[in-house]
Amino acid sequence: MPYTEATLQLLSIDGTLVESDRTAEYRALVDKLSDAQLQNFYREMVVTRRFDIESGNLQRQGQLALWIPSIGQEAAQVGSAFATREQDTIFPAYREHAIARIRGIDPVAILALLRGQTNGGWDPNESKFRLYTLVLGTQTLHAVGYAMGIAMDGKSGTGKPAQDEATIVYFGDGSTSEGDVNEALVFAQSYEAPIVFFLQNNQYAISVPVIRQSRSPLYKRGEGFGIESHQIDGNDVLISYAVTRVAMDDARAGKGPRFIEAQTYRLGAHTTSDDPSKYREQSEEDYWKERDPITRFEKFLRAKGEKESFFTSVKAEGDDLAADIRKRIFELAPPSTDVMFDHVYTDDHPLVSAQKAWLAEYEKSFGGDR
Amino acid sequence: MTENLSMAKAINLGLQRAMREDDRVLLMGEDIGTLGGVFRVTEGLKNEFGENRVLDTPLAESGIVGTAIGLAMRGYRPVCEIQFDGFVFPAFDQIMSQLAKQTSRHQGTQSFPVVIRIPYGGHIGAVEHHQESPEAYFAHTAGLRVLSPATPNDGYHMIQQAIQSNDPVIFLEPKARYWPKGDVELDGPPAPMHQSRVVRTGTDVTVVGHGAMVAMLLDAAEVAKGEGISLEVIDLRSLSPVDYDPIIASVAKTGRLVVAQEAPGNASVGSEIAATVAERAFFHLESPVLRVSGFDVPFPPANLEGVYLPDVDRILDAVDRARGY
Repeated sequence: MPYTEATLQLLSIDGTLVESDRTAEYRALVDKLSDAQLQNFYREMVVTRRFDIESGNLQRQGQLALWIPSIGQEAAQVGSAFATREQDTIFPAYREHAIARIRGIDPVAILALLRGQTNGGWDPNESKFRLYTLVLGTQTLHAVGYAMGIAMDGKSGTGKPAQDEATIVYFGDGSTSEGDVNEALVFAQSYEAPIVFFLQNNQYAISVPVIRQSRSPLYKRGEGFGIESHQIDGNDVLISYAVTRVAMDDARAGKGPRFIEAQTYRLGAHTTSDDPSKYREQSEEDYWKERDPITRFEKFLRAKGEKESFFTSVKAEGDDLAADIRKRIFELAPPSTDVMFDHVYTDDHPLVSAQKAWLAEYEKSFGGDR
Repeated sequence: MTENLSMAKAINLGLQRAMREDDRVLLMGEDIGTLGGVFRVTEGLKNEFGENRVLDTPLAESGIVGTAIGLAMRGYRPVCEIQFDGFVFPAFDQIMSQLAKQTSRHQGTQSFPVVIRIPYGGHIGAVEHHQESPEAYFAHTAGLRVLSPATPNDGYHMIQQAIQSNDPVIFLEPKARYWPKGDVELDGPPAPMHQSRVVRTGTDVTVVGHGAMVAMLLDAAEVAKGEGISLEVIDLRSLSPVDYDPIIASVAKTGRLVVAQEAPGNASVGSEIAATVAERAFFHLESPVLRVSGFDVPFPPANLEGVYLPDVDRILDAVDRARGY
């Protein structure tokens, strides 16, 4: 099984806190979390899962070309996202729906992308949540470049943690074999860039198990590049929060890059085009269902005395969101053909302008019948 | 002020001026700092601007372009050097699927003013991967602008224009023209970045080329003149977009067009020009548009480059065939 001696964990699968010398520093951070913060952890995980299920339904009903579920990975995402500060910039891959929500991205913007209405969907400079990137691993280099820019701007390592900036980049176990990820680790370490590499090891690259990407634990890749690296239980939202918090603080403080491997599991398919029953056993899925990040955290909150009304209200919030996106997806107007031509270049480009004008004339020639 | 400079020095001065005028401009590449680049185009710039603006990067082309994209997101204007033409391919995904498409993907929320300088082309007798002309790949790709200066003056001005452009620019520097000197108008107003230009007027046949081929065309025109044939020579300067008006105007006058390029002819920039001129100037043409190109084979061992690369004789052979109609 993917957990190793090195795996850091705070919350066991029965929802009780685990004591260990290695996690004392992280436990202290978690103990400082307010009830409201803990509620937020739960809320974001549950609401995102509901969003995820509804989006899968919408795909099955023909309203999306594709859906990319994140079910099972909520703790890795929610914990780490709450560990960032608002000035930090997040570079997602394409499955980070919980993080998008936390950064204020309208979930319908994600649906618009998967409905074929846009190749982007939001303003990444406003949210500091960059666009989804579909070519695996390419975003790790963008994140490192951005982080190099932070350092050049003198916005990290100033000794003012409330203002210092860092980046965090998300990628998966399959991507670790891509050249770009390896080059990103080289650049990050060489330039001591303020960046955290957050690897969600969900055990599969579509159908290929992680052992084909690496025979040794992937956090050791980070170590191999000379980067301080940790392996965590990615289905434990508390350790995900705490380890990322420390790593981001280190990066912001100018101590160089950090690498986190979160052991998690994609409970659903890679995408709605995928059929996991062709490549994995029910017993394996059952093993991970027992480690479901939401169930575990719910047990923890209940043991702390959280009231039933809270859980009911979160469930209602998820259902409301599901109803809302189901309504609003039908209100999305089809994209104008301008989307195709505008912004191919920032400055004027005669070829694109001429083709845009030609298409307008051509469509006009049908006298409004098209 | 006019100075007689090599193109390598002219581009160096252009980079220096751009960096002095805008502290968001920074250079990245292999061996470009302390060494000044393998062609010395960035010589002295690290001394003036420091290692935070002239970055000797790790040896990783995809890493160079990928991090440049991230720096552009942060507001910088990176100028990347790819050491040789044949070494651009490890960066291909970052150029084609990322840099070129980012502006469109961002729908107006972010510009990507990244320049990628690539010394390109043959005539230097080098080993494999050091003499190629990969311009067609970039010209084919929406979102990129592609420039190739042929003279020191254009090298000086066009590199500054490329840096000022808010779009990604592939800046192809013809290695064969790095060292010949020419007059550079240091303060003169530059021609528009994408303008093609008649560099020698003539009446019988229009010949078009870019980069190192422009000097070859001028040589051919001189030889042709001795044979009583008048060639009009056009320097493309910009390969994407191509400024067709001067070409069409010239063909309207001469009725004949030969396009010359070092790159293989199949699906090349020259092919696109031939097709466009056939579409736009069909009734002006007295003969088919002819291409003179590298052969459709890998760039050969250097001892054969003289056979592979179009020369004055092959250009004049095409001129004769065009005149034969």
